[in-house]
Amino acid sequence: MKLNSILATDCGSTTTKAILIENIEGEYRLTVRGEAPTTVEAPFEDVTKGVLNAVMEVEELAGRKLLDGDNIMSPQKDGVGVDIYISTSSAGGGLQMMVAGAVKSMTGESAERAALSAGSIVMDVIASNDGRLPHEKIKRIRQLRPDMILLAGGTDGGTVSHVVELAEILRAANPKPRLGQNYKLPVIYAGNTKAQKQIQEVLGDIVDLDMVENIRPTLEGENLGPSRDKVHDLFMEHVMAQAPGYKKLMSWTDAPIMPTPGAVGSLIEMIAKEQDISVVGVDIGGATTDIFSVFSGKFNRTVSANLGMSYSVCNVLAEAGLDNVLRWVPLDIDRKELTNRIGNKMIRPTTVPQSLEELIIEQAIAREALRLSFEQHKAFAVALKGVQTTRTISDAFEQSGSGQSLVNMMELDLLVGSGGVLSHAPRRAQSARMMIDAFQPEGITQLAVDSIFMMPQLGVLANIDKESLSKEARKAALEVFHKDCLIRLGTCITPVGKTKSKALILTADLTFTDGTSKTIQLREGDFIQMDAPHEPIKAKLTPAKKMDIGGGVGEIIQTEIYGGVTGLVFDGRGRPLDIPTDQGKRLELLRKWSEAVSEYPDVKAIEVSI
Amino acid sequence: MAHAYTPGLKVLHQSEVEKNRRLPIKGEVLKEQGDNVLPNDIVAKTDLPGNVQMVKVSNLLNIGPGDIHDAMIVKNGVAISKGQIIAEMAGLFGLFKSDVKSPIDGTLESVSDVTGVAVLREAPIPVEVDAYMSGSVKEIIPEEGVVIGAKAAFIQGIFGIGGESRGEIVIVSSSRDDEIKPEMITTEHEGKIIVGGSFISLEAYQKARAMKVAGVVVGGFNYFDLEALLGYTLGVAITGTESLGTSLVLTEGYGKIQMSDRTFSLLKEHENHFASINGATQIRAGVIRPEIVIPLDENQISDDIQFESQEIGIDAGSLVRIIRAPYFGKIGKVTRLPSDLEKMESETMVRVAEIEVDGEILKVPRSNLEMLETN
Repeated sequence: MKLNSILATDCGSTTTKAILIENIEGEYRLTVRGEAPTTVEAPFEDVTKGVLNAVMEVEELAGRKLLDGDNIMSPQKDGVGVDIYISTSSAGGGLQMMVAGAVKSMTGESAERAALSAGSIVMDVIASNDGRLPHEKIKRIRQLRPDMILLAGGTDGGTVSHVVELAEILRAANPKPRLGQNYKLPVIYAGNTKAQKQIQEVLGDIVDLDMVENIRPTLEGENLGPSRDKVHDLFMEHVMAQAPGYKKLMSWTDAPIMPTPGAVGSLIEMIAKEQDISVVGVDIGGATTDIFSVFSGKFNRTVSANLGMSYSVCNVLAEAGLDNVLRWVPLDIDRKELTNRIGNKMIRPTTVPQSLEELIIEQAIAREALRLSFEQHKAFAVALKGVQTTRTISDAFEQSGSGQSLVNMMELDLLVGSGGVLSHAPRRAQSARMMIDAFQPEGITQLAVDSIFMMPQLGVLANIDKESLSKEARKAALEVFHKDCLIRLGTCITPVGKTKSKALILTADLTFTDGTSKTIQLREGDFIQMDAPHEPIKAKLTPAKKMDIGGGVGEIIQTEIYGGVTGLVFDGRGRPLDIPTDQGKRLELLRKWSEAVSEYPDVKAIEVSI
Repeated sequence: MAHAYTPGLKVLHQSEVEKNRRLPIKGEVLKEQGDNVLPNDIVAKTDLPGNVQMVKVSNLLNIGPGDIHDAMIVKNGVAISKGQIIAEMAGLFGLFKSDVKSPIDGTLESVSDVTGVAVLREAPIPVEVDAYMSGSVKEIIPEEGVVIGAKAAFIQGIFGIGGESRGEIVIVSSSRDDEIKPEMITTEHEGKIIVGGSFISLEAYQKARAMKVAGVVVGGFNYFDLEALLGYTLGVAITGTESLGTSLVLTEGYGKIQMSDRTFSLLKEHENHFASINGATQIRAGVIRPEIVIPLDENQISDDIQFESQEIGIDAGSLVRIIRAPYFGKIGKVTRLPSDLEKMESETMVRVAEIEVDGEILKVPRSNLEMLETN
């Protein structure tokens, strides 16, 4: 079915964002966006009010009627109304889950992966071997008040006692749901099928129990799909249905409402699959930072619950340490004064940097928040992930946090950033710098930012199940993603390997679409930016003897690369990036790197304050 | 006229303050609608289920989990005391009898023949909720609690630590610029709420705790000193459960910042009056700010003042405080709200407000302003 127009909203904790996608001469394009404060909490306590306000803004900007009183008009007729309305939600703190598994590094980790990939925040992982005594676990479960619990444990046909013991602990804790006092807490059982009867006996009368296929039917096989789907179903049926106004909102939408990170994750997974590339996506918010990755076809998501730019900004300081934040700041700042300033940002989270100095500090903190979140992601994204994936028994024993990470920076093709500090940086070069410094890509990596954070809406659009709509909706999601969602920053080219100071590490011969050509010689320590549009550029990259640019040590690569708004960045600073501790040298380098990409308006202004 | 929404902290001479006093789980409400209450009056009570101990009976007796029912000598739901034998197993020919004793006073809740575990529950934990402030019961929330209402002066702080506290207000600094110094705090301040000007050092606050001061209300405190108090770095502003004895309410923020004139004057007006304060802060969706509630006597209540505070935006003439560098802490009057986006020094494009501060006009992003809501 051809779609003329699609309205999509994302109900965040503070803002509800609406976008209108229209079919213009056979092409799906984002035409208008609007936003309004989210109205889940008092005094409004009805999410649909914020949705209607955001849609009204879209109506005004688009100059066409979408609402009939308090109803979204559908399907589109004579230029009025829309064909589809869909939504995501992370209001009210998103989906907060607790998971339990018999062995922490096996079923516990599988359950955590399933919950994270469904878009939830995992508050805690309870396991038989997590080192806590039963009464400590019980106390913890009681304190947390999750929205939902995923209970796993045991392979099919294996021992039942461990998972039943976990169920007994749950029963003793008798957890109450976070939202609403008058409904039972949803619990999904995804463990040993042989224990289903006992689990029913232990928990059946006190929680709302659902049984799905075992998340780990065999030691060497993981089956996350059924648990993830059940989490999505229950999210809407039980959890969000308790939040004010959601029943009404659910009746408006043409597809189930998805948790925001779940929608983003599924879109990133789809893009990676469609283009057969490795992708890392990051969304840095005020309270949390989400990281999504697809390497070798395996999807992973992590959420760093307390690493963010406003509500959690002091936690970034606490976890990274002041020295690590200050190493990115080319200013001599009183340390105590700086901590008070950052503290004041935490207690007044909606403020924006007015002075250049404030902006530089904020972007220094962002680098550390991103770096720490990515470290957590690399530690978690080990072994397998994905629906119905199979692995060998030898892999099964490498499933610990210290196991081999799936994240391979040399393999990474596309790094996408979103969230205020990246999407709304006054200069795009600042976003590129923050991402390069924090993620430290290797080889050839394209950089992009999500212009207005519409990945959630596109994710839910790409996931519409209704047969008559799904194909076209997916097409629309992909078209808008490529044409309107991403702002292509350019490509970062980083040779990796051991070399001497100032030695030549890479020669890049570039031929542009207009036939002109250019050669860049990159030496160790260099940081070079070159303007180039988002067009295919033929590149012959010749690394020095001991250097690798992606094809192996000393191997030449002939490929096509793309520029963008910040063009091409040749990064010879080495991996891992080493910043001198000597104040004078550090400031000199920071200023040099900054000037190389025209990161800040007036570097001299920075010098004045030193 | 240009108009912009901006969040503000309340500094109200008179307001209709309502407080929900609810139990964490259902229980008994002890007051009736219309009852007058004092801060320490208990308004509702309940019993929280006791802590749970799980005893691996089958392991201790060296039997299979399926045999646990035969070994148990206490039935489910029966009260047990610490040291009481709850299960036993006769050994070979009745010799080498082994048993399991209860580690707690409580009841036997359940026994599992799958895991061989007995679940014992300790005695219920009584929980009481008091009225927090003087006033009257406006509403009963059946089985959960009450809503207490009072006409009161009401001040919101920006950040606090420590939970609820109460006491008489004593102004210890002579002006809103002055710091609270350790020597200003004496034994006379035990059980009182002391109010200072711009700052309290860690040393002075520790002195207040030692003197058993009920609470401190002050302009600022150093963020980096919180760690010494809390024992951890405060990463996320969610507070209220700290056992400090002396609640701390900051009216302005971190660092040395003079208390706003309105707040200081209002507190001075109510010197020697009884107030309830709460340092609990949650800066998340559904923000909770610390507060000072000073219930008013009949003779202090004025009919002229509008009770209900409205969440209104700023207009030309609004009194605002700048809440971010480079003008952090300055208070001024809005003179103009230009509608076009303007470029700041940071190159951020924002909607600004023009503020008159000490005769000078400053351009400040609207989101860096805090409305001073007063009456």
